[in-house]
Order: sequence, then C-alpha cells, then structure tokens
Amino acid sequence: MADNQFLLKIITPDRVFYNHDVTMVEFNTLEGEVGIYKNHVPMTMIIAPGILTITDEEGPKNAALHSGFVEVLPEQVTILAEVIEWPDEVDLGRAEEARKRAEARLKEPSGKYDMDRAEMALRRAIARIEAAKK
Amino acid sequence: MASMRDIKRRKGSIQSTQQITKAMKLVSTVKLQRAKQRAEESKSYFDLMYETVTSVLARTTGLNHPYLQGGESGKKAVIAITSNRGLAGGYNSNIVKLVRDGGFSADDTAIYAIGKKGRDALARQGYQIAIDGSDVMEGPTYADAIAISKEVLQAFKDGEVGEIYLAYTRFKNTVVHEPRILKLLPVEVPNVQGETQEAKAVMNFEPNDEEALNQIIPKYMTSLIYGGLIEAVASENGARMQAMDSATNNAEEMINKLSLQYNRARQGAITQELTEIIAGANAIS
Repeated sequence: MADNQFLLKIITPDRVFYNHDVTMVEFNTLEGEVGIYKNHVPMTMIIAPGILTITDEEGPKNAALHSGFVEVLPEQVTILAEVIEWPDEVDLGRAEEARKRAEARLKEPSGKYDMDRAEMALRRAIARIEAAKK
Repeated sequence: MASMRDIKRRKGSIQSTQQITKAMKLVSTVKLQRAKQRAEESKSYFDLMYETVTSVLARTTGLNHPYLQGGESGKKAVIAITSNRGLAGGYNSNIVKLVRDGGFSADDTAIYAIGKKGRDALARQGYQIAIDGSDVMEGPTYADAIAISKEVLQAFKDGEVGEIYLAYTRFKNTVVHEPRILKLLPVEVPNVQGETQEAKAVMNFEPNDEEALNQIIPKYMTSLIYGGLIEAVASENGARMQAMDSATNNAEEMINKLSLQYNRARQGAITQELTEIIAGANAIS
C-alpha cells in the first residue's frame, strides 16, 4: 500500500461493490460535495444522489450513487450504499425518461405531486445520466 | 385382512403421493441453494451495518432521540415473516407460537404480516392485521424491505405503535432453523466495553447527530428487515426440504409394508385355491 492510499469498501445489500486501496474518493452528501483523502477526521455522513468518483492506481472511475451513508476513519472508508451502479449498468433510456417525468412534475402547480419525491427522482436520474456519459 | 385389490389400490395411491413429495423435495433443494447463496452475499452488508450502527451509538451517549427512547403508545408492532405455502413442517406454526407466547397480547399488538400462512393463523387467534404484504415472499427485494420499513416507521412516528419487533426464522444452516423475535425499535444501545470505546476516535456527524441518526436508523431497520426476509426464504425452503424428505421416507416405509402384505395375501389366495382344487379332485375320485 502506497503511503497516500487507504482502503475503500463499498457494500450494497446484494454484493460487495468495491473493496480496494484508493488515493481519493469523492461523492455527494446532504451538505454538499466532498472529497476524502487519507487521514480524514472520523466522520459519518449521509449520501445524497450524485456521482461517486474513485481514484486508484488505474485512474478515476465513476459510478452513480443514490443513497446510503458513509463511515470515514483515517485508514478506511466504508460506504453502505442502498443503490449504486457502474456506468455500464445504467439504463440510459430509462434514466432519460425518469428525468423528463420528474421535470414535468416539478413544473406542475404545487400540490398535485409530492415535490420532494419528484426532486429526489430528478436528482437520481441526473446522477445516472451523468455517470453513464462520462 | 384387507383384500388384495384394496391393498393394491392403497399402495398405488401412496406411490403417487411419494412421487409428489419427492418432486417437492427436489424443487425446494434447488430453491434452498439459491436462497442460501443470496443470504451469504448480503451478509457482509448486514454485518457492516450492524457494526457501524453499534459503533455510532456507542460513541453518542446521552442522545435523546425518539428512535432510541421508544414511543409513548403501549401498542407493539410485530412484523411476522412466514410463508405463503404450507407443507413445510413446523415452519409457520413455530412463528405463530413464538408471537403468541412471546408476551404479545392480541389486544395491543398490530401484526404486519408477510406470508399468508402466518397472517391467517394470527388472524384466527384474534390479532389485528395492520398490513398484509404476502406477495413479497415470492421473491423479496430490497425495495420491498424499504416499503415495509417505511410503513412501520410511519406508524411509529404517528404514535400508533411504541415498539417494533421482527419475528422471523433464522437460517443457521441447512438443518437448523431457529424462530426468533428481534427488537427493531427502540434501538437497544449495546453495552460496549470501555476499552474498545476509548480506542476509537470521536466520531463527527454531518449534518449533526440527530439528523444523522434520523437517516441511519431507518436504513438500519430496512437492512434488518431485508436480512430477515432473505433468511426466512432460505429457512422456509430448508424446512420444506426436510419435511418432504421425511414424507418420502415414510411413504417408502409404508409401500414396503404394503408390498409384504400384498404378497402374503397373494400367496394365501393361491394356497387356498390349490387346496380347494385338490379337495375337489379328491372328492370326485
């Protein structure tokens, strides 16, 4: 393990998504976008839908990360993800459709749809699309 | 003594029953393999989830959060996971018994039934069925678990129930399945020894302690429910496999016994006929 690397574990209910040494990981939290290097202060954060970027020896990798939480320790970062996809697993057609639907709902007069839900759906769709296009 | 024809008919019917139980055993064996694999794949998630939540809770003492305190209502919610189909030995009745004898009286317990058999049996005992999610048992997904946990949490937030339990069958291995009740809410803060607690650094929360717990505990619950569903499916198929195996063996035993009886009866009939013919011939000569 190089000096500036730490262990990143990404686990979903169905599988171990990623388990390797990395130099940096970036993702979205409720408080905004964060990037984490080695020796970070111990912290627990809640994930917001967005793109996850992993930088390891092979260079950066993207994935669409939707929900879950992160436990950050100086030597190890654990992401407990409820939903996460590699770019090639994203169904682009479906994501586009979901984005259009959510946008249409957000334009409707308030009260007809659950705005928070539509907003979250929109953010998920955008995260998927961006991850797939990169 | 039963006639030869009766014995033969009986043997035939047992043989066809045996074919059915044999087929069912094979089907549940295959299903069990699949369910077992799924349970193993998801195990690391739950272990980590449990570890994380307990370590988080151990480092946040003195928090006054409803998820840790329990609601004011004396009512309890029980998520009872059983199967949709029978012929699985004591699998379903064990869960029903566990709920009935576990201190949950019919008056102040709301049952969130997953699985038709448990739903019907508990309804017969006078329990109130809040929600019937039996379709889930056909192939539980994480999304199903999210839906169930949302439903129960809503009842908790609305003050309808004060405590939430999960009744399911734990899959220890292929032959041992243990029905048990797990307390989901309020979360019981584990007694972590002082040393391990001090060894770990102080945890920070973003946005803040309360909000983080608000988000993490529902996820924790969902993962426990999902784990319960998956293990229950594995246990169900394990239980059915065992039940069908012993049914097949019993049928085999009965068939052997009947074959013996049939052969004896046949021999008896032949002997009798011979005796009659000889006696008849003697009488003529």
